Amino acid sequence: MNIHEHQAKELLRRYGVAVPDGEACFTVDAAVATANRLGFPCVVKAQIHAGGRGKAGGVQVVRDAGEAEAAARTLLGKTLVTHQTGPQGRVVRRLLVERACRITRELYLGMVVDRTSGRVTVMASTEGGVEVEEVAARTPEKILRETIDPAVGFAAYQGRRLAFGLGLTKEQVAKAVGFMTALARCFVESDCSLAEINPLVVTADGGLLALDAKIGFDDNGLFRHPELRELRDPSEEDPREQEAAKHDLSYIALDGNIGCMVNGAGLAMATMDIIKAAGGMPANFLDVGGGATTEKVAAAFRILLSDAAVKAIFINIFGGILRCDVLADGVVQAARGVGLSIPLVVRMEGTNVDEGKAILAGSALDIITASDMLDGARKAVAAAGRRS
Amino acid sequence: MSVLVDRRTRVLTQGITGATGQLHTRLCREYGTQMVAGVTPGRGGTDFEGIPIFDTVARAVRETGADASVIYVPPAGAADAIMEAADAGLRVVVCITDGVPVLDMVRVKRFLEGRPTRLIGPNCPGIITPGECKIGIMPGYIHTPGRVGVVSRSGTLTYETVHQLTLLGIGQSTCIGIGGDPIIGTGFVDALRLFDEDPATDAIILIGEIGGTAEEDAASFIKAHVRKPVVTFIAGQTAPKGKRMGHAGAIIAGGRGTAAEKIEAFRAAGVRIAPSPAELGATMQGALREARLLS
Repeated sequence: MNIHEHQAKELLRRYGVAVPDGEACFTVDAAVATANRLGFPCVVKAQIHAGGRGKAGGVQVVRDAGEAEAAARTLLGKTLVTHQTGPQGRVVRRLLVERACRITRELYLGMVVDRTSGRVTVMASTEGGVEVEEVAARTPEKILRETIDPAVGFAAYQGRRLAFGLGLTKEQVAKAVGFMTALARCFVESDCSLAEINPLVVTADGGLLALDAKIGFDDNGLFRHPELRELRDPSEEDPREQEAAKHDLSYIALDGNIGCMVNGAGLAMATMDIIKAAGGMPANFLDVGGGATTEKVAAAFRILLSDAAVKAIFINIFGGILRCDVLADGVVQAARGVGLSIPLVVRMEGTNVDEGKAILAGSALDIITASDMLDGARKAVAAAGRRS
Repeated sequence: MSVLVDRRTRVLTQGITGATGQLHTRLCREYGTQMVAGVTPGRGGTDFEGIPIFDTVARAVRETGADASVIYVPPAGAADAIMEAADAGLRVVVCITDGVPVLDMVRVKRFLEGRPTRLIGPNCPGIITPGECKIGIMPGYIHTPGRVGVVSRSGTLTYETVHQLTLLGIGQSTCIGIGGDPIIGTGFVDALRLFDEDPATDAIILIGEIGGTAEEDAASFIKAHVRKPVVTFIAGQTAPKGKRMGHAGAIIAGGRGTAAEKIEAFRAAGVRIAPSPAELGATMQGALREARLLS
């Protein structure tokens, strides 16, 4: 789960990470009032779950109330297109109004769970304000790394090593160690999967501030953080993905026209791949999971059919614990209940497959059966082609 | 011969009184696995269909001589269950649980350092040596005893592959589902090393997916060490960037972890790439014939 910059900064502030004074604003009036309270100059920042806002005009420095009002008016409701939003962009529904600061240096600080070492890695670089992937590709030697031992946590010497490596002064090093230690504590205690301070700035008075902050949480850890779950912003998420999440289905919208329903994430990805290999394009990733019930299958059906781009549905199930007869029952009931208006291709294999096939055959529904994955993908591509 | 588990393996179930624990303990026993004990704190002294239940893993090991464990404990307690099993000295610990927080696994990995325990999973179907020992949730009947080792990050895609092999008359030595999470116990390289050293394994199928660099590491290891034929497929060739594709580990982040990079790494290591998931069995059949391991 991702959160907005202003939420990330509020969380960081609670852990003692230095962030600029500021407040989230949902209206023009609130933005002007906040700007007046903070004093000028200040910064009006569009809040969307995507980077590249500055280049897209989503961050504006304002010098008086009039400019603050104009900036807020321009940004609220505007569709911001950045290199991370895709061409459709994201609508700005909230702003962060912050006190501006005088910057002398822009640095980078990030933390991620590193899969290879199985530990949290802290990364720091003198190349602030640039995407770290870009720095890693061009000048990997400029990225300093420390790995946190989970038994002891982030150690002060690691902070010093990074801070001196960044060329900070003696006074700044102490501040940086405190900053990093607080960030590491926030990361571990909040079950983060990613925390990025980019840029981390050195101000004219020698202070360190998180000028921007991006935090992502491990979805698997959210059960122990009810207060963090509240930070979810549904307007930043695909409505079909949200509907799927309600039914404990894993769904991701894609650009094609063949709706897929599969059990298991690996098989679901492989099904998308084989559709492409057969000359078609999948409309989604959808894993109904191992414990699919009639109700879940029906919900999955409704989600697939709510996508107007879907011209055919391909169900690919390898029955293990989820038996084919149960799946077939679910498909038949769901198809009858939802009203199936487009071709449905079903490929089933595994536990009780013959019973499952008999249920489909006896249903009087117009179901195209497939003998294996490739056959199913070809039939789905052909069926979708006839309808578009 | 096989890797890690065989007919002598004595298995205990952690979380034996939950619905999933009961169902799969029963199915594994029906398959022929020696299910010797269960553990549920507070239920010690009772039994599940004749299998004695203990309060702690240590006690269960002492009383029954169990040397492997399978975990069906819910996510909040799964990491603790793994550590309890390791502390009791179990040789193989299989964690089926899906949804374990990644930072819990960071701590577990640290805890396992220097201990002899081999962890499989979490978020995996388990491990099976066909005809001998099934530990996990895979449907047993699709497997056939034989000489191809299977290692995979996926569950149902592994069943699909095993089914294809069985239909072609190609049996399996051992199938290991290593799990779809970002931080797991046994990785591809560990499994490859085991299969490479196993005299009963002639060839290996490795099923990878997008995200991370475990496949690239596996490719380097194969290039340097493995002389047995290896066949692979990478799921997620059509997956978009930055989206978690069901498995917490299946995400292309910062342009790394794409299927194209992984396939290229395997190709450079001389691994056969199945053109589609429907052709994994046939690709292995071709590899075996070429190596004169199959007529």
